[in-house]
Amino acid sequence: MSETVPPIDAPKVVRDKISLWELGKTFNDIALMSFGGGLSAWSRRIIVEVKGWMDDEEFLSALTLCRVMPGANQVNLAVYVGTRFRGIAGAIATVFGLCLVPVLIALGLAVAYFHYNAVPDVEKILKGMAAAAVGLTLSMGLKTGAKFLKDPIALVFGVLAFLGAGLLRMPLLLVLGTLAPLAIWWGYRKYLATRKKA
Amino acid sequence: MKYNFLHIIYLFGSLSILSIGGGNTVLPEMHRKSVDAYHWMTDKQFADVFAISQAAPGPSILIVTLIGYKAAGYAGALVATLAMLIPAGLLMYVITRFWQSASEATWHHAVELGLAPIAIGLVFASGYVVSKAADHSWRAYVLTAIATVIFWKTKINPLIVMGIAALIGYFGLV
Repeated sequence: MSETVPPIDAPKVVRDKISLWELGKTFNDIALMSFGGGLSAWSRRIIVEVKGWMDDEEFLSALTLCRVMPGANQVNLAVYVGTRFRGIAGAIATVFGLCLVPVLIALGLAVAYFHYNAVPDVEKILKGMAAAAVGLTLSMGLKTGAKFLKDPIALVFGVLAFLGAGLLRMPLLLVLGTLAPLAIWWGYRKYLATRKKA
Repeated sequence: MKYNFLHIIYLFGSLSILSIGGGNTVLPEMHRKSVDAYHWMTDKQFADVFAISQAAPGPSILIVTLIGYKAAGYAGALVATLAMLIPAGLLMYVITRFWQSASEATWHHAVELGLAPIAIGLVFASGYVVSKAADHSWRAYVLTAIATVIFWKTKINPLIVMGIAALIGYFGLV
């Protein structure tokens, strides 16, 4: 372990400490922008593209980790990002930022509903936004896919994951339980190969 | 009534840990308990509260806030939210620390490289599943397709596109 391996391609990501306020504020923005759907796609856009806090590789693996673990995926992602930059305080800041305003909005709507029997008539608006939000999710797949699915074996893993979890609606744990060990083995081989070249 | 808080903590605390794969996986159990077992709300109210939680921004798991509110007022809302967030959140915190502490390890790189293509497949899968639920007409599919190309190929702020999509929906065009 005395020899440290130089990073293959040093990611151009932020390594400084990010303030708790900035963390909370960013997740509040992500939550509010996602009105209508596409929360993961908004998270990637802000965290990877706008803020540059992580590269795509780290974001994607974190997202998968968040899917496997219990809890809402987006709350888990907030915990991941907060913890990564500022430990437990950061995690509290990001989760607080993600949930506070949405909780207040949802509660306001619920009070109106239970006391005045008023349901917000946003169904038509949401129909339009939901259709566009799907586009945001698909564009995230296309953008990252162009980078990570070039390798034919990677493409096979991607297609199989889509078929299993999408078309066939198989349980996530079954899909990941089958594909992840093979993919990690492939990743291990690939990492060793690139390290040798470097 | 006086056991409500204990029931809230017990129900959402356990669902928090059981919600592997996301909050949607425990919705049926949440429905069964809050409607049939604890009688906090009617079937119709559960469906409406679900619609409200979907309409509000942020994670859709915040439906628990609304169930907690109906069960025990504002304090119930707070307790339900914390009970749902804290157990899974703590577990995620521990895993993240562990994952970060091994950031130079070979297995960390192997997992990161290996999971990327699967993650992308899952992104397409969720886009597919949501589009089946969200797009009810061919015009909605066209809107999805146009939005996808704009988000993918241009630098136009997505909020502008979402605003236009909201208008299109408002005027009943999809």
